[in-house]
This record gives sequence, C-alpha cells and structure tokens, in this order.
Amino acid sequence: MMNNQRVTIVEKIMDANDRLAGINRSLLDENGIFAINLMASPGAGKTSLILKTIEALTSQIRIGVIEGDTAPVTIDADKVHAAGMPAVQINTGGDCHLDAVMVNNALQQMPLKELDLLIVENVGNLICPAAFQLGTHANVLIASIPEGDDKPYKYPQIYRGVSALVINKIDLLPYVKFDMDYFRQGVEMLNPGLVTFPLSCQTGEGISNWVNWLKEQVSIRKIT
Amino acid sequence: MHELAVTENILEIATRHATQAQAKRVTDIYLVIGSLSSIIDDSVQFYWDIISKNTICCGAQLHFHRIPAQMTCQECGHSFSLENNLLTPCPQCSSANIRVISGEQFYLDSIEIEK
Repeated sequence: MMNNQRVTIVEKIMDANDRLAGINRSLLDENGIFAINLMASPGAGKTSLILKTIEALTSQIRIGVIEGDTAPVTIDADKVHAAGMPAVQINTGGDCHLDAVMVNNALQQMPLKELDLLIVENVGNLICPAAFQLGTHANVLIASIPEGDDKPYKYPQIYRGVSALVINKIDLLPYVKFDMDYFRQGVEMLNPGLVTFPLSCQTGEGISNWVNWLKEQVSIRKIT
Repeated sequence: MHELAVTENILEIATRHATQAQAKRVTDIYLVIGSLSSIIDDSVQFYWDIISKNTICCGAQLHFHRIPAQMTCQECGHSFSLENNLLTPCPQCSSANIRVISGEQFYLDSIEIEK
C-alpha cells in the first residue's frame, strides 16, 4: 500500500556553496590575507579600480587578483600582470557569476603566503553574484554615475549584501542626471550606515580614502 | 541565469533527504523564497524537469512559497510588507526613512514522499 509522508528539511538552498565559502575563508585567514569580492555591472570600473589600487599600494602591500570572466579573454588578467601583481584568471564558461568552487580552485594557484590583500573581480552582473558567497571578508559593490541613481531600488539584493560601496566616475556628475540624495536614500533603506567611497578612477579624486580603508582592513588581519 | 546552479542544489538536498527517509519517490518539493532573493520560478521548473529525470525526484512538483520583504519605518515605527518589491515610502506617515528587515529567505522547507 502506498504511504505518503511529509519530511521536514529546512535547509538553505545555497548551503553547499556557503560551506565551501567557509573553507575558503579559513584558507585566507591562515595566510593572514584580507580578501574582497568586487562586484558591479559591466563597465562600472572594476578593473580600473583594481589597477588604481595596485598603483597606490604597490610599494606597501602585496596584492593578488582573481579575475572572473565569462569568456576566455585574459585582457583584465594581463593588465594586472603588467602592473606586477599575480593574477589568476577564472573562465566561467558563460556563467554569470563566480561561486565558492571556482574561487577555491583559483586559490590553489595563488602564492597565498606572499599576499596581504586578495581582490576577486566578479563577473559584471548585479543579480547573480549576490547569491553566491565566495569566502571573502568583504563584498564590495561599485556603482558608477552613468548607470543612474535608481540602481539600489532595482537591485536591492546586491545592495543588502555588501559591506562597502564605491561610487565611481564622480567626475561625470556635472554631465549626467544623477540625484545623489535619491541614490543614497535607497542605499540607506537597504543597508543603513554602509561605508561609501565616492571616487573617480579617471581623475584619482577620492582614491586615497578607499586605499586607506583597504590598508586598515589588511592591517587588522595581518599575521605578524 | 544562476537558476541551473540553484536547481542542482535543490535536487541534491531533496535526493539526500528522500534516500535517508527510504522513499520510493518524491512527489512534492516545498521551497520558501523571500522576495529579495532573485530567482525565476519558471526557469527553475524548466531545469528541474530536465535534471530530475531518472532520479528519485522525477516528476515531483515544485511549490514556491514567496514571502514579501518586511520593512519598518524609522520615523513612526510602522511595520509593513513590501508590495511588488518596490521601495516606496512608509504607507502610514509617508517618510522615506524606512529599513528593510528581511526578504532573503531561500531554503528547502520540506518534501512529500511515497514510501
């Protein structure tokens, strides 16, 4: 006779990914590395910010970069190499995000003992990356002025899950319709008190605040 | 586009628990999804029909229980649900000083099995 039964589970759907993210975190902590997961839409300035950061910190701390790309192009990784820092490219094969498995593989190829800061450049996308923890210490989002001031209202999940926000291309504010108060109000609804860094990778304005924050975070986690 | 990865996770969790419970097959899967978790039900169902073939979960019906995001107003203290996922001012006092409290639930609640 057929016997139907309800089985209670209550298990997070992303649990397997989150557990591996925890392993990544331990690996980073053992090596005294501060790691960020850099997310943004395509063209917001992820690679530009990474290169500016390397430029500003090159003599002070050692930086590694994991580059996530949907296609097997090494344009971004090549730029990091050219700037003299180790980079590992992850080709997601068309996938719209990085996950903890991909980052774990990339970490195996990184000279972890030689690094203070690891920057993971996620795939350009405001939706999918928000669902996948990577094991980094901070999720950082870049919003850029030309994208418009309505993005927190349209992509609430990614704004909810970040611990710092970079507002790039502020040099374009005179030329683009962007209501900063409206933008900030949306951010405040979703993530009150979020640390923000208005800056321009083009002019260099505001970069020092961002870089100082990074240095502070690195020094907290450094094993001496 | 991350629905395939999500669907694979659902299959893995459901199969593991069904096997533990010595099920013959799984007939229903109950998911709880907060409205701030971006997932497209139809896409998950589409992938589900493909990847659950030849498994204990083949033919199981997916049920999506959506929970609206919860808000509170910082000015008047009013709590309310977010309609249509639009960040709108407090319906009681019209203040824009509001906060999202929850909306990211994303879990497999239970399964119905035949033994």
